[in-house]
Amino acid sequence: MTRLFVSRDSTALSLGAEQVAKTLQEQASSKGLDIQIVRNGSRGLFWLEPLVEVETTQGRVAYGPVQAEDVAGLLDSGLLEGKEHPLYLGNIEELPYFKNQNRLTFARVGLTDPVSLDDYLAHDGYRGLKNALAMPAADIVKHVTDSGLRGRGGAAFPTGIKWNTVLNAPAEQKYIVCNADEGDSGTFSDRMIMEGDPFVLIEGMTIAGLAVGATQGYIYLRVEYPHAKVALNQAIAAAYQNGYLGENIQGSGKTFHLEVRSGAGAYICGEETSLLESLEGKRGLVRYKPPLPAIVGLFGKPTIVNNVISLASVPVILDKGGEFYKDYGMGRSRGTLPLQLAGNIKHPGLFEAAFGMTLRELLYDYGGGSASGRPIRAVQVGGPLGAYLHEGQFDTPLDYEAFAAISAVLGHGGIVVHDDTVDMADMARYAMEFCVEESCGKCTPCRIGSTRGVEVIDRIVGNIDKDKNTALLRDLCDTMMCGSLCAMGGMTPYPVLSALNHFPEDFGLPAAKA
Amino acid sequence: MQDYQSQKSIVLDILDAHQSMPGNLLPILHGIQDTLGCIPSAAVEDIAKALNLSKAEVHGVISFYHYFRTTPPGKHTIRICRAESCQAMNSKALENHAKQTLGIDFHETTADEHFSLEPVYCLGNCACSPSMTIDGDVYGRVTPEKFDQLIAVCKGAN
Ligand SMILES: Cc1cc2nc3c(=O)[nH]c(=O)nc-3n(C[C@H](O)[C@H](O)[C@H](O)COP(=O)(O)O)c2cc1C
Ligand code: SF4
Ligand code: FES
Repeated sequence: MTRLFVSRDSTALSLGAEQVAKTLQEQASSKGLDIQIVRNGSRGLFWLEPLVEVETTQGRVAYGPVQAEDVAGLLDSGLLEGKEHPLYLGNIEELPYFKNQNRLTFARVGLTDPVSLDDYLAHDGYRGLKNALAMPAADIVKHVTDSGLRGRGGAAFPTGIKWNTVLNAPAEQKYIVCNADEGDSGTFSDRMIMEGDPFVLIEGMTIAGLAVGATQGYIYLRVEYPHAKVALNQAIAAAYQNGYLGENIQGSGKTFHLEVRSGAGAYICGEETSLLESLEGKRGLVRYKPPLPAIVGLFGKPTIVNNVISLASVPVILDKGGEFYKDYGMGRSRGTLPLQLAGNIKHPGLFEAAFGMTLRELLYDYGGGSASGRPIRAVQVGGPLGAYLHEGQFDTPLDYEAFAAISAVLGHGGIVVHDDTVDMADMARYAMEFCVEESCGKCTPCRIGSTRGVEVIDRIVGNIDKDKNTALLRDLCDTMMCGSLCAMGGMTPYPVLSALNHFPEDFGLPAAKA
Repeated sequence: MQDYQSQKSIVLDILDAHQSMPGNLLPILHGIQDTLGCIPSAAVEDIAKALNLSKAEVHGVISFYHYFRTTPPGKHTIRICRAESCQAMNSKALENHAKQTLGIDFHETTADEHFSLEPVYCLGNCACSPSMTIDGDVYGRVTPEKFDQLIAVCKGAN
């Protein structure tokens, strides 16, 4: 029997992977070929999806991008033996785009069957949990603190400090909440983990539970991710069946329960307090802090709220130790960040790297420049609340502090590329419009200011009292930054002001000095 | 409009099934919309009563979330991504083409009740923008021509 791999990742599916898998199965059956198709996650080289990998005597060999109509030809030319063909790529792990990554969190994604517990165990799965079960809670927290891991959901808050707060908060009941709302444009790493290696998230959350004494976890999953929900629920069921979730985990006497809850299409529910309100069954209004969720969180109890990637990075830290993880990275940005290349880029995909490489390296050496072949003009990093960078800033290293120093954010590591056909006044207007659409409505600068922001930009572009309205837009941005309760209103000015400052000509204003 | 009396027992069953679940309102609303296609306004009273909330509170939750709807959708729901990455790959042209071809704006349903059109802000498919979904299936690198093909397949299936 020959094992073949065709991804079940949403993006692979969006390009026809389902049809490819079906056609492969049908044609192999009709030819009497003995094959088994594993539906893996994605390697993250999306310009090559749908990818077909074959286990051969010379190792794993890839072909891509494969469409259903290519299948017959592939089989005829010796697909199952890994023979030559125009779509032949060789071993995916030898391609520079893959080879030069540091895959710690994504070590198994695209390699294994995401919902097979046996496969997970065979590829070093649950080693972190095994270590954690043998440790006092405070030692687990110490490993996470030593690793230097900072929250990957946007704000980059040290995870160890957050866990320590919850550990020291006395309470009968505590919770672990995974923020799987991933609403930022240009980000898909959370989705890829949940679809491609759900066990690593489950393991991370279980370890978090042991670390702080929480027995119940929730994954708050955005409703736009139906495939992730299926994979998570399949993996959770397998973990329960095999004593990795529930009562008496692996005979340790410890308990951890886990459930997936669906969001309902509100970007603001990615903000942690709004997320908790939503989990409690309310409108997703942002709560005032303090108290922190670590003290008064879900249902009023101490709660860890962490991003998917933060939690999915915990198993490798507990397996190999905090120091191992910390050895990757630069400055105060330790470990690896799964970078996501999207928008107008030739080689879009997921690239997990230690902090410190420059944006330019990523855009050109790996991303291959724009998809349209035109010059790259503006790059938005860190989601819709992130600043737009111009060419002169592409040498900034990917590091939280280096980005802060140029009034930008690294956030979740999402990178959206625009070529020179982009209208930056349009993008600024859209940023305000998005805030109108997604504001929770609690504070005036965000709720009303964003609506006024759209109008002011329209007046600038429409050449009505240009100078006065430009001053007004800056003033409005100032008010939003200072007068908003959360980063929705407080950071919408980032894309707006960066567009205005770096690309004034698009607003009909004199060009910026080079 | 379907009359609510025929749907009431379904709503009551869903309420019953979620009785002891903490924070159960969203799961209940999902359950109802998954089964009935929308959350009929008439159901608000039953939901409020079962959860000991005011009707205004329940209505407030339904209207806060973009995903919940109180009117039935068309046979097929099309969601087009409007977020930045898709814009960088000309989703505006796709959006305009879709509106023109279907003859409706966002949040509307065609007169023959075949298609509803909804905006969505990122499907996590940004590596293959522009993106859209039809009845939950994601499609990437959607050109106006590809859109027409997909619509034709939907119509053929009816
Ligand atoms: C408007 C807004 C949207 C956010 N969306 C997300 C999100 O989709 N996913 C996420 O993990 N964090 C999001 N965050 C950050 C969370 O509030 C919070 O910082 C994070 O979940 C903490 O986890 P971490 O420390 O592991 O990053 C958002 C914040 C704001 C202000
Ligand atoms: S800034 Fe906007 S989204 Fe945040 S709390 Fe205020 S109104 Fe709500
Ligand atoms: S921006 Fe359209 S799928 Fe992410």
